Amino acid sequence: MQSLAERQRSFAAALLDPALPAPAGLVGPDGKSSSRRFAVYRNNVIVGLTQTLKDAYPAVHRIVGSEFFHALARAFVVGALPRSPMLFDYGAGLPDFIDRFEPASVLPYLADVARIERAWIEAYHSAEATPIGPSAFSEIDPDLLPDVSLVLHPSVRIVRSRFPALTIWQMNIDGGVPGPVDLAASGENALVVRPEACVEVRSIPNGSPEFIHALGSGRSVSAAFKEAIAADPTFDLSANLSDLIGAGVVVGFAFAQEPLRT
Amino acid sequence: MRFPSSPEDRIPPRAGVGLKAEHYRTIIDTAPDIGFFEVHAENYMGPGGPPHRYLSAIRERYPLSLHGVGLSIGADRPLDEDHIERLRLLRQRYRPGLFSEHLAWSTHDTGFLNDLLPVPYTSETLQRVVEHIDQIQTALGCQMLLENPSTYVAFAESTYAETDFIAEVVRRSGCGLLLDVNNVFVASTNQQWDPVAYIEGYPLASVKEIHLAGNDRQADEAGRPLLIDTHDRPVEDAVWYLYELAVRLVGPVPTLIEWDAEVPPWPTLAGEAERAEVIMSANRPEMPRHAVAG
Repeated sequence: MQSLAERQRSFAAALLDPALPAPAGLVGPDGKSSSRRFAVYRNNVIVGLTQTLKDAYPAVHRIVGSEFFHALARAFVVGALPRSPMLFDYGAGLPDFIDRFEPASVLPYLADVARIERAWIEAYHSAEATPIGPSAFSEIDPDLLPDVSLVLHPSVRIVRSRFPALTIWQMNIDGGVPGPVDLAASGENALVVRPEACVEVRSIPNGSPEFIHALGSGRSVSAAFKEAIAADPTFDLSANLSDLIGAGVVVGFAFAQEPLRT
Repeated sequence: MRFPSSPEDRIPPRAGVGLKAEHYRTIIDTAPDIGFFEVHAENYMGPGGPPHRYLSAIRERYPLSLHGVGLSIGADRPLDEDHIERLRLLRQRYRPGLFSEHLAWSTHDTGFLNDLLPVPYTSETLQRVVEHIDQIQTALGCQMLLENPSTYVAFAESTYAETDFIAEVVRRSGCGLLLDVNNVFVASTNQQWDPVAYIEGYPLASVKEIHLAGNDRQADEAGRPLLIDTHDRPVEDAVWYLYELAVRLVGPVPTLIEWDAEVPPWPTLAGEAERAEVIMSANRPEMPRHAVAG
């Protein structure tokens, strides 16, 4: 009699490889092997994970259509099963996979649309934090402002694209209306954040991604400003700071060597 | 093993439904009269966000049952201790009245296979399952309920009947049972067992919850019926009939309508729960004959 370990090894291998026959000893009521019965398990794995990806990437699904999406999902799933049973976190690798998926190369913006959807899911499930309002911020002595570092909301994500990926995403979510898009037009930067219960996605100007990244890694406002201005000489510090606070991106601040204030 | 349970968290012998995101708002806004809600534990293991906000609000108003789909109790390998710890924290946070998992495996070298895969009923599996349940009950500090599977194949090497295997798991581990009546019907049809004999042979004294769900009817290559446990439609009449039998034997017990795909509008789901409550109130357990005055 084969051991439980051998049984599960052959079962798992055949599940994901349709070229393998159903393992011996898996039988119907007549005691004979039944590939149709084993196929139910094969189907469940692929269909279940495809549905998970479809729920996580609805705009990608809408853009490519059901048939293409199923082929994409199958190719992804067999090479990248979930690492844990927490399926809300499944599919982080799909945007990079789309970049390498040859049949999708005619849609060069698709991976960036997927990156926005992934950022959305991550923001949706991220930890809670309470944004500070403009008044808390206005208490800071203006002379000290350059040395302040900001604590960003844990849900903050930035997606930069060479394409109008944000516009394309908006056209393909629930209630969106697909229309002509000039792919040669300038790229777009998306800021994704969930300050309260709702995930918010907005366009941010050039320089702002560098600014937010620098702030997020703990740099001071003046250091982050230097990064932003290097990326875009027209970067407007006070307008950006006020937009970020208005968007609920900032949950606290600290002066160098001081404990965080939230 | 015996565990204390807090009376205010107890789930009443009424019908409940699986909590779906599609119904969060309706439940909060209309406060429907429903016995309890059940959630898949793994859907609430993220750090924050709307799932926790809604579940917290709903838990304030209703009893909750926690149903795991990812422990892989029937696997050949050790349980994931991080996952057990996540379950422990979730239980601490939401104080569910019941916690259940499956007689199945779902994790292997390649990762999480996202299906409740069947196990052979052998003494090796039995020992493995009992050790795992013991580890879980000790870590969580509560009794867990084990759910009978829906199966599409049988293992040539099995040496126990399914109900005997489950009875032995109960005897050795002290776990309780979740009787999934749709799974009884699906497995019995697929394996050509008698579903009435299955229920009568189940260790009914340990049943603390019942699941009901819909299934899809297909056929195997020999033209024999092959039912698939889909949770995507109403409970069928044969399953309602078996449920009535189970309630007569077990008595009223928390009963869950599982509808996880093609989720219907709230009134349809609530209607299924109401049907289960009607059956519960019409079928009190059979009295011993000598106790009947005559």
